Amino acid sequence: MAEKYIARSKAIAARMIGGETMVMSALDSTFFTLNEVASTIWQAADGRTPLSEIVTGKVCQEFDVDRERAQRAADRFVEELSQHGILLVSDQPLIDSSLESR
Amino acid sequence: MTPTLTAAEKATVSIEIGGMAIALRTDDAAFQRLIENRYAGFIGSSPSSHSEFDIDLYEQSEPTSADEDLEVRTKAGEWLLRRGDFRARWNPKTGYGHVRQSCSPYAIDCVLRIVHSLILAREGGFLVHAASAIRNGKAFIFSGVSGAGKTTISRLAPPDATLLTDEISYVRREGNRYMACGTPFAGELARVGENCSAPLSALFFLEKGPQNRIEPIGPTEAIQRLMRNILFFADDTELVKLVFQSACEFATLVPMHRLVFVPDQRVWDIIR
Repeated sequence: MAEKYIARSKAIAARMIGGETMVMSALDSTFFTLNEVASTIWQAADGRTPLSEIVTGKVCQEFDVDRERAQRAADRFVEELSQHGILLVSDQPLIDSSLESR
Repeated sequence: MTPTLTAAEKATVSIEIGGMAIALRTDDAAFQRLIENRYAGFIGSSPSSHSEFDIDLYEQSEPTSADEDLEVRTKAGEWLLRRGDFRARWNPKTGYGHVRQSCSPYAIDCVLRIVHSLILAREGGFLVHAASAIRNGKAFIFSGVSGAGKTTISRLAPPDATLLTDEISYVRREGNRYMACGTPFAGELARVGENCSAPLSALFFLEKGPQNRIEPIGPTEAIQRLMRNILFFADDTELVKLVFQSACEFATLVPMHRLVFVPDQRVWDIIR
């Protein structure tokens, strides 16, 4: 299965609030509230680190969850946010000007 | 024939809202009187202003309508504002702007709201659909969509409360606190607010209900509700981001609650 690379879109505003991340699309003003696990993936979405590595290196390390379950949840999360243009997904590393700088 | 002033006599009316003066220049004496009446209580005397606009009026034969959609966009460093009853441009760097509009207060009112919202966005403040009042030296904001109770809570305000607005509240950041300022932007009460300000003590989201009570509200929900009520006119990504960050900052410094209320004066017993 091809690797997935994920990156935060530039057309968003985000803020950590009490352990959760609030994300707003600046295009259509829709809101998303990310829990701690989703926030960890969000923070690691640099366009260069494969999603599988984020799951094993971050999610499984920081939360008590098995790898397969974490990967399935991460795939669902990434798919949902990518449908709203919040996260960009590619099978190649994503490094261009449309990504949010950290 | 409409009396006009010569170029040398062009009249300047300075409208001061939230401590920020915007000078309006017109050569039409009738329009000058109209805006002086419309903004009575908000006429500034300071010789300097944040921005200044030259205003030209449409000929009476030109068709105008305030019902057309508002368009606000930026081009080459200038903001371009357009609706059926006005066309305006404003350069935020020089502070100079020009308005061509119908001889009505609604057009210039809209321009002022937009310009203030753009200025405030850069300074961490905002305009919000909300009534606001000062009581015991503290300001309270009552936010909600149309029908939530902004006019009702304003009408029920006790004599010791100073009404800042029943429609559009002006929130300015000052260091680690926020000030609520009076505005001339009136709603159904058709009553211009008092031109004064006070440190903001709390923001309430209004809901009519069977009894008066203040309920807690989580920060993420509060920010979402606040964002829904903040006025930002431009379809501009950077501006939306700025306003979002302002709303988040506001949430860290100002308590926000849900105010469920019965429409009678007793609701003010719990607002202190």
